[in-house]
Amino acid sequence: MKTETGLDAIRAQLAWNRLLAIVEEQAQTVMRTAFSTVVREAGDLSAGVFSTDGSMLAQAVTGTPGHVNAMAASVGNFLARYPLATLAPGDVLLTNDPWHATGHLNDFTVVTPIFLGERPVALFASTSHIADVGGRGFGPDANQVYEEGINIPIGYLFRGGELNQTLMDIVRANVRDPVVAEGDLYSLTASNQTGGEQLLRMMSDFELDSIDAVGERIVTASEDAMRSEIAALPNGTFRHAMDVDGYDEPIHIACAVTVEDESIHVDFDGTSGPSRYGINVPLNYTRAYASFGVRCVVGNDVPNNAGSLRAVRVTAPAGCILNASRPAAVSARHALGQMLPDVILGCLEQVLPDAVPAEGASCIWNPVLLSSADEGAGANWGGGDFVTNPIFNGGTGARPHKDGLSTTAFPSGVRTTPTEVNEVTAPILIWRKEYLADSGGPGMLRGGLGQVIEIAHARGAPFEISKMFDRIQHPARGRRGGGPGRAGRVYIKGGKTLRGKGKETVPPGAILVMETPGGGGIGDPESRDPEAVRADLEAELVSEADAKKSYGYRG
Amino acid sequence: MRREGSSCRIAVDVGGTFTDVVMESGGRHYTAKVLTTYADPVQAVMAGLERVMSLGKRPPTDAEILLHGTTLATNALIQRTGAVTALITTEGHRDAVEMAYENRFEQYDIDIDRPQPLTPRRLRFVVRERMNAQGEVLVPLDESSVEALVPALSEHGVTSVAVGLLHAYANPVHERRIARILEERLPDLSVTLASEVCPEIREFERLSTACANAYVKPLMSRYLNRFATELAARGFNCPFLLMTSGGGLTDVVTAARFPIRLVESGPAGGAILAGRMAEERGLDRVLSFDMGGTTAKICLIDDCAPQLSRSFEVDRSYRFKKGSGLPVRIPVIEMVEIGAGGGSIASVDNLARIRVGPESAGSEPGPACYGRGGRNPTVTDADAIMGRLDEGRFGGGAMTLDIEAAAAAVDGRVGNTLRMDTVTAAFGIGEIVDENMAAAARSHAAEWGKPLADRVLIAYGGAAPQHAAQVALKLGLHNVVIPLGAGVGSAIGMLAAPVSYEVVRSRYMRLSEFDASLIEEVSADMRAEARAVVGSATSAPLAETRRAYMRYVGQGYEIAVVLPDATNRAEVLREAFESAYRQLYGRTIPDLDVEVLSWTLALGSAAPAFRFVPGEDAGDPGIAPRGSMYDPVLNDLVTAPRFARETLVPGTLVEGPAMIVEAQTTTVVVSTFTATISPGGDILMTRAAA
Repeated sequence: MKTETGLDAIRAQLAWNRLLAIVEEQAQTVMRTAFSTVVREAGDLSAGVFSTDGSMLAQAVTGTPGHVNAMAASVGNFLARYPLATLAPGDVLLTNDPWHATGHLNDFTVVTPIFLGERPVALFASTSHIADVGGRGFGPDANQVYEEGINIPIGYLFRGGELNQTLMDIVRANVRDPVVAEGDLYSLTASNQTGGEQLLRMMSDFELDSIDAVGERIVTASEDAMRSEIAALPNGTFRHAMDVDGYDEPIHIACAVTVEDESIHVDFDGTSGPSRYGINVPLNYTRAYASFGVRCVVGNDVPNNAGSLRAVRVTAPAGCILNASRPAAVSARHALGQMLPDVILGCLEQVLPDAVPAEGASCIWNPVLLSSADEGAGANWGGGDFVTNPIFNGGTGARPHKDGLSTTAFPSGVRTTPTEVNEVTAPILIWRKEYLADSGGPGMLRGGLGQVIEIAHARGAPFEISKMFDRIQHPARGRRGGGPGRAGRVYIKGGKTLRGKGKETVPPGAILVMETPGGGGIGDPESRDPEAVRADLEAELVSEADAKKSYGYRG
Repeated sequence: MRREGSSCRIAVDVGGTFTDVVMESGGRHYTAKVLTTYADPVQAVMAGLERVMSLGKRPPTDAEILLHGTTLATNALIQRTGAVTALITTEGHRDAVEMAYENRFEQYDIDIDRPQPLTPRRLRFVVRERMNAQGEVLVPLDESSVEALVPALSEHGVTSVAVGLLHAYANPVHERRIARILEERLPDLSVTLASEVCPEIREFERLSTACANAYVKPLMSRYLNRFATELAARGFNCPFLLMTSGGGLTDVVTAARFPIRLVESGPAGGAILAGRMAEERGLDRVLSFDMGGTTAKICLIDDCAPQLSRSFEVDRSYRFKKGSGLPVRIPVIEMVEIGAGGGSIASVDNLARIRVGPESAGSEPGPACYGRGGRNPTVTDADAIMGRLDEGRFGGGAMTLDIEAAAAAVDGRVGNTLRMDTVTAAFGIGEIVDENMAAAARSHAAEWGKPLADRVLIAYGGAAPQHAAQVALKLGLHNVVIPLGAGVGSAIGMLAAPVSYEVVRSRYMRLSEFDASLIEEVSADMRAEARAVVGSATSAPLAETRRAYMRYVGQGYEIAVVLPDATNRAEVLREAFESAYRQLYGRTIPDLDVEVLSWTLALGSAAPAFRFVPGEDAGDPGIAPRGSMYDPVLNDLVTAPRFARETLVPGTLVEGPAMIVEAQTTTVVVSTFTATISPGGDILMTRAAA
């Protein structure tokens, strides 16, 4: 005969599944209604439901690891400022503070308490990237956060259903595109609303007057699953370090991963100090990418919530670039954040040698191309003013049992724009965009290839390029005898080499060439399956010269 | 000679597991369901045809027209059994079709493989030429670079070529010249031009579509030729039309040229049926729910028309996840497909949660209860344990259910692990798969900004009628329709489909630089192409629908905007855009310029009048009048009455819990629903007021 406990278990799982579906719907609502293209195309958003004590119970699976637990932690900050007991139906809270939400001013987080009658039962939070927040505009050029745009401390966006008009007016007065910013704030508000309505319906369907028991079960089961995955690892402290190009000077990232029974502690002691430029990383964002790095190989099928996140602790000493304090500039904090998984994986390799990929290009290459500041250049050349921000990727590191992925974003989740669309929306011609042979780090398992991109102005006008590229001085390293991926390069075809950072001019009629970095290889290249080398040769991913030199090929 | 006044039309749907044939004769319908013959699909078709013609007592010469949908192209793409195909593209862009969007479709799995293009790098060749976005020649075609490819194509054994050059949607002259050179030098080569199959901006999708077309073209040509020959040999000297993914019928010549338009024609047939049912009953908001052996498909139907789109992914190989398949840009009925079918396998994950699908037991060995050696518990096994299938009539009585094998599988992989008894574990499996389908419907509706509330659920496909009531409950829907002939819904839908054809052109225009003559020119061009296709398949009057794919300047994606007849002013386009934008996103953005990237034009005949009427009275098949059934609302096994659908006359009221059994499927009426039989014979389930 059936047992009550069996039925209870099924009902609890159904409630869990329903919560996951509700946050997906919440995220879809943001995707659909947000105006910023980066939200729709790159999935740069998150959405989640929280218990009344601020524990995240479920989070939508979206495109960016940068919000993984940054948003989860932010709800605690909201509740510290405005305890639940002080909130009422119709209240909606907002912040874009980099240290209280997700690491830079462009990310707006909206939190909405949900009430069953007069009693609070849950909170919904959502975050999305708003393209412009005033200040200098998006980029690493500021020296303090004050230059980077408007900063809204945690406060009411709506109170008792009434819009905080003063706040909205302040936002509108401080950004370049007030219509878009206002629209996106409504979009976040609406998505939390949708989530809340669905939650109340679920509570009615399941005849629940509280989700505390369901939440407790979710958190406990996830934490147990995560901790048992960790318990399978040997105890110890595993250290690794990586140097990256940085902005004006190289940055040393040092990391120690300590496995102690059922917990992991990640610490970045020994990492470089803060930068004068906007590549500093608030700790909450460091935590997001560090957690993501761990979760790629430990417990990657356990859902994100307070329980699974609790098992991994991330720290960085005060004053370190990965624990930047106010008023450091943080706008381009993703440039370093995207490098963190490579360092974490370097530590974890010592524990899980068979599960860890090699280093990859990791940081996306997204140049800003714009018409030359030279007055009248547009008129003279007939190109007009333009600004465009295409995205290009290098190769990922070789995987434990597979070659790396060529020209693929990792850990970022962004999508690129087609060449034909880039050529329609800006007066540029992309003459070449192809795999760069021999750029994948050699190994028994080869690193993913980078690409070569050749861009010219459609009418031969000079134009500017603003860069924030990495892995030019510090290529992606291989593991266990695998070679490094090829370093990135930026240059004028038949002319001078450009720097990896900052703004420079491409002269009239010239072709700009970018070579994105390749991923590192794994294992001795000489032990690579000759069939795989032959296939790479046939596909011209590897040249004959490199096949002989790197792989000892004698075909 | 054909008998006067009694039309005889036939529809054939070749699916992955079954081939369904329906013959309409004198207002009645005769159906046959036979197993698809993989090695030579024509055999099953001919067997099915023979059966329906003999049921309806008609000679082959009476057939006026035959409508055909087939999954052959899809299968070839999934199993990679198409032609050795090469791609010829613009120098410098050899890898566009593989680089795609440079993203991973799954964040946390470092081992994912991105979809492999149908044309591997060694079979991707480049020629010297270049157009710009306006279609102006920047580098003239270097014909010697084309000639130079001829030996390589032969050497690699290439039998089909896709030609896809940058911006050729704006000016196809280079692609056409390449085709001419290849035809001269390699007359047996099959050639597909991207500018013909999908003249639309965005090189990755266009080239991917062209490669897919080239990949299946030789195979489909052979199949269509043989199909015609076999029909003629058996005395079917009627014309035949092919069902497309967009829900329209097209002629054989077009189908052979653009076979990629035939993928997903089966599901399209089902959605067409749901749309026609909505029309017949005056339902303006419908959720169509098709659940078969491997997957469930959900489609929103507003104002009696299934939602249309131009993007589809073939072979989503990673848990049906978006981005894990090959994109094709063709007119398609928009639906969400998830790995939830009767054959979906249940398991328990490391968090002690029941998982169902997307892995499927298929038809071999199939669910454990088929008694063919299947050991994994499936949804069908759970249904069998819960008493939702009639042991005697399952599969039309051709198959007996091995309940013990089902119980052993459910205990072994789910019940014992979770310390649940068999029935509770089976209930858990059923609930999880229903919850998964409900979640997919919610997410799909949210993605398209269309509320689900108050929709009528129309359920068809072998497994849907067992799950429809529970899915409706989870979605808060009150009305469910199980159409007559639900088991062969796709083939029936073809009989209800119009002849239609849609073409596309990419021509860029900002509304601030409005150019009425551009719209006229592009419309006339598209109209001529569509008319040439549709005109050869029907002489009925045609209706025209034009759409513009528009967005605010700076956005990444366009929305489809239906254009009014008169498009001579920018304000007209802006109003149409804003109205569509508001419906999707709830608001508009003042003072921002709007741009058009692409235009489409569809020509179609009116859909034929349609009502399904079973051809013969099967009589009372004699089933057990009651049986034990698990009721998910009462959470218990109850003794519930069972009815043979054939015996229920219009107006009959059936209170849940109950079961209505027919040859192809079983409808489960749970205790909160009441079923009635409509005048047309459909089962209407209504949720009792709470």
